Amino acid sequence: MKLLAIDTSNRPLSVAVLEDAKILATTTTNVGRNHSSTLLPIIEQSLAQAGFKPDDLDRIVVAAGPGSYTGLRIGVTTAKTLAFTLHKELVGLSSLEALAGNVLMEGQLVSPLFDARRDNVFTGLYRIENQRPVQVIADQHISIAEWTDQLAAYPEPVTFIGADVATYEAPLKEQLGDRFVRAQPQLDLPQASVLGLLGQTAQPVEHLHAFVPDYLRLTQAERDWQAKHPKEDHAPYVEKI
Amino acid sequence: MEKQNLILAFESSCDETSVAVIRDGHEILSNVIATQINSHKRFGGVVPEVASRHHIEQVTICIEDAMTEAAVTYDDLDAVAVTYGPGLVGALLVGVNAAKTVAYAHHLPLIPVNHMAGHIYAARFVKPFEFPLMALLVSGGHTELVYMQADGQFEIIGETRDDAAGEAYDKIGRVLGVPYPAGKVIDEMAHKGNDTFKFPRAMIDEDNYDFSFSGLKSAFINTVHHADQIGETLDKNDLAASFQASVVDVLTSKTLRVLKQYPVKQLILAGGVAANHGLRERLQEVLPKEFPNTDLVLAPLKLCGDNGAMIGAAGYVQYQHQQFGDATLNADPSLEFDWMPNMPH
Repeated sequence: MKLLAIDTSNRPLSVAVLEDAKILATTTTNVGRNHSSTLLPIIEQSLAQAGFKPDDLDRIVVAAGPGSYTGLRIGVTTAKTLAFTLHKELVGLSSLEALAGNVLMEGQLVSPLFDARRDNVFTGLYRIENQRPVQVIADQHISIAEWTDQLAAYPEPVTFIGADVATYEAPLKEQLGDRFVRAQPQLDLPQASVLGLLGQTAQPVEHLHAFVPDYLRLTQAERDWQAKHPKEDHAPYVEKI
Repeated sequence: MEKQNLILAFESSCDETSVAVIRDGHEILSNVIATQINSHKRFGGVVPEVASRHHIEQVTICIEDAMTEAAVTYDDLDAVAVTYGPGLVGALLVGVNAAKTVAYAHHLPLIPVNHMAGHIYAARFVKPFEFPLMALLVSGGHTELVYMQADGQFEIIGETRDDAAGEAYDKIGRVLGVPYPAGKVIDEMAHKGNDTFKFPRAMIDEDNYDFSFSGLKSAFINTVHHADQIGETLDKNDLAASFQASVVDVLTSKTLRVLKQYPVKQLILAGGVAANHGLRERLQEVLPKEFPNTDLVLAPLKLCGDNGAMIGAAGYVQYQHQQFGDATLNADPSLEFDWMPNMPH
């Protein structure tokens, strides 16, 4: 299976080309340049290095969220359009799961974490089983205090991974004590190669047109509107004219 | 027979996702438009993050429908054109990344198109352009007089110093209780009322080609609030008619003034507000009298709002000049036309 994997969920950008379990090309940057300018050129380069044309691909795997809304849309638009226009399989995986996949200690609990600002994070809980992350608590947008409360139910060490862990290290340590384990910082960058390996066995998307990022949050405007109009619905929101 | 040119064109700068297939720059094979009006109505205006989310829901559906309706395959296409600005950055990014991906996947050249140029080229579906021409470009975000000496050359001669005309419509629409987008309803109300309030015509006598609509908007709002305070009920149709009369007077008189200094073969009316019947009728009435040698070209009603077809028409001109972008193309939310050198601004 020839596979392209894309992760632009946050500041890092990662692209990989795989053939079955073999990683042929991988590029990961963490320079904060605009993903919209850099993603497609890196895909072009990576496929060229692997000796593939876009049409040779069998499957495209994308980190579908959570993460930066704009970053997610760049990766998902590119992956979705590529899969659609070339009639290829598309797989969307959790951006948090992909990051948790960097940890390979069998049996270990992992909490990958992205900052969502104002003491909130995007996170979930995974356990490494047979060398891959298996979800224990679903990905969510949650305050750091509530998250440590939830983790109280698991009286064992939890490995925290992600560049944003540093922001919350103090409250996490305070609440979890010795159970707080910091993954080695060199593992903090998501790797599309890991995403690609995880995506190889995942179920492809059934309804490609309906595939969108997992933002895990409504927009502020929609939350406000729903609070004021609990029973109203304007759907369909988009109409063909 | 000469080979036909086919361009797949994307537009996603605001609250419409649109993909079109255009033949030879002036024939629409398909023009699929998915509008989000029903969503943004909830908020009284376009919410950028909501718009971006809708675009990504729609974009591949629009490509599929546009290709199917046009009955073409990717092999038939010559290029992919896309709006890369101006507009909402998150919204633009969906179209730009989808278009770049299609171009890459099918080895097609990519044409980055200025959205405002697209609006002008909506008129190309009526008849060929004859240069020099002047375009009165009126939309929710822009109010400009654009001089064109040739295809692809845009020189701004005058523009609004504050609100765009379409923006003023939306703002007074809120005061009148008209749901977003207000332009069409106010236009209809205006036709049932009379200009009884005589709102100011800002800058109408000033010797320049710029516009201002914020004073009119304030005068309108003050009139309504004052009436509310003294318990007086004003005729909403007359209010709409008075507002529209001021907008149309200013747009028309500034346009006639500019045509005196810039003799042109055609005057193009384009942009979302170009769908306004009051404005279309006034120009049709006065232009033949004042400038019998200038041909008025009104953008077709269906192509005044945002659409992919107009991007394909503008893109075709760039295709002929080999103005291509590459895989690094990014959205430019504040993309501008160049200013004409030596013009007072």
